[in-house]
Amino acid sequence: MKYRRKTQWTGLLWILPSLLGVGVFIFFPFLDVVRRSFIGAVTGDFVGLANYRSLFTNRAFLLAVRNTLRFLGICIPLLLGLSLLPALLLDRQRKRGQLVKSLFLFPMAVPVASVVLLWRTLFHSQGILNGCLSRVSLAGRDWMNTGGAFWVLVLCYLWRNLGYDMVLWLAGLAGIPDSLYEAAKVDGAGKWVLFWYITLPNLLPSFFTISVLSLLNAFKVFREAYLVAGSYPHESMYLLQHLFNNWYRDLALDKMAAGAVVSAVVIFGLSLCLKRLWD
Amino acid sequence: MSGKNIGLLLCGLLGIVFLLPVCFLAAGSLMGRREVEECLAPILWEGSEGYAQWRLFPQYPTLRSYVQLLLDSPGFFVMFWNSVKLALGVLAGQMLLGIPAAWGFARYEFPGKRLLFTIYMLLMMLPFQVRMLSDYLLLDGLGLLDSLWGIILPAACSTFPVFLLYRFFCGIPEALLEAARLDGAGEIALLFYFGLPLGSPGIISVLVLGFLEYWNLIEQPLAFLKDQSLWPLALFLPEIGVKEAGIAFVASVIALLPAALAFWAGQDYLEQGIIASATKE
Repeated sequence: MKYRRKTQWTGLLWILPSLLGVGVFIFFPFLDVVRRSFIGAVTGDFVGLANYRSLFTNRAFLLAVRNTLRFLGICIPLLLGLSLLPALLLDRQRKRGQLVKSLFLFPMAVPVASVVLLWRTLFHSQGILNGCLSRVSLAGRDWMNTGGAFWVLVLCYLWRNLGYDMVLWLAGLAGIPDSLYEAAKVDGAGKWVLFWYITLPNLLPSFFTISVLSLLNAFKVFREAYLVAGSYPHESMYLLQHLFNNWYRDLALDKMAAGAVVSAVVIFGLSLCLKRLWD
Repeated sequence: MSGKNIGLLLCGLLGIVFLLPVCFLAAGSLMGRREVEECLAPILWEGSEGYAQWRLFPQYPTLRSYVQLLLDSPGFFVMFWNSVKLALGVLAGQMLLGIPAAWGFARYEFPGKRLLFTIYMLLMMLPFQVRMLSDYLLLDGLGLLDSLWGIILPAACSTFPVFLLYRFFCGIPEALLEAARLDGAGEIALLFYFGLPLGSPGIISVLVLGFLEYWNLIEQPLAFLKDQSLWPLALFLPEIGVKEAGIAFVASVIALLPAALAFWAGQDYLEQGIIASATKE
């Protein structure tokens, strides 16, 4: 039996405290930034799209956008693929899988600051990784000061997020009814047929949500990047987040405002896609 | 041995590799100063030859670094408490604002609800970098720069807890609440007698996810706290540097402990929270 709920203003009362907080601390300040993105930093006059125009000709901005896109383009498919594999193996395993799942999830709990020291000793030009490589007579490299820095960042991201995505895949897999598999088996379908024609198609909705969420999570990788390499890391791992940080230090308000609005528009677009998947 | 078992074994091995960084830290924290320096010599001193090496089991295990950090560095405790204050302050605020709001969204109809909820969802997706300028201008205006409140208040208004709790509160059957209403229960009683107990998995997952996030907070304090005596642990650790590696390992382990504890105690809820924040039902 479904109850039709009548319109109740009491609902709004419940939300009021949160609404005030969100308005004061998040929503209106952001609108103010949108306004500022159309205003010159020094003069305070309305300058139209000039801030945006200077943004898209800014060398640092273009470099950061390119790197960020490259980072996302490499990380997201890798993460989705690598987390699906263990998820497939752990699906319908109950007890035995739990421990393995914990191992994969644990990096999520490790504070970034705790592993900074480790990354530094691991990827130093005379660090542990190069030591291991030299033992099997492979040439190492100065990871943090070459294009290798980018791959170190990719590794950090995968390490921290694999468990998260795996849990989401597992939820998707658990949602596929056993009866589908049973029916196909009765019809004589083999393992691969089951995988291609039942598992994969049924995972499609999970695939979209996990991609979007992984994309949004990718912004947090800056913590590692910043703590390990500082404000001016190697060019290959100079991401949008570094750029914002440096603008902030220089108080480049006009660029920051325009940059924030452009990023927000992209993120809002992605989030609305996600919302359509949910509704 | 079937293919699936071999796969599971490989998975387990990979999982252990995932845990190695933490084992490294633990080993480092149990080494004496001399042993750490011996292992890391090529990194510590410019111009020395060879490569750094590591041992998973210290040759001469000692708790000396722990004693040194815990007894001789009062600064460390200040940072630790800053982290505790930050994380608990944010979580308390999120509960206070988030639970009623999620309850309102989940259980009542009112004009503009869909629009408001969509705005909440969009705001929750914004990374800090996008909010950096607006936060700065606001905190500057309110005189909250260089104060822990300046970090706690905006974070307490985060819309993510509302979103997650909403998902859990929606799962409570309306018939239950309707029946209680017929028996004369007030609207506030409904939240306390049905919402909180039945939504407790949601509340715990918000707390666990939130604790891991805010214990780890770096960007906001880095941008808004100039006064080092207000810094949380997460900012202090990278400052220690490789030169005092012995202490740095201990500090890293101690910073890890509360998060590990939260993870261990709340893993089921953590998983539920991750799933609820990503799927429709």
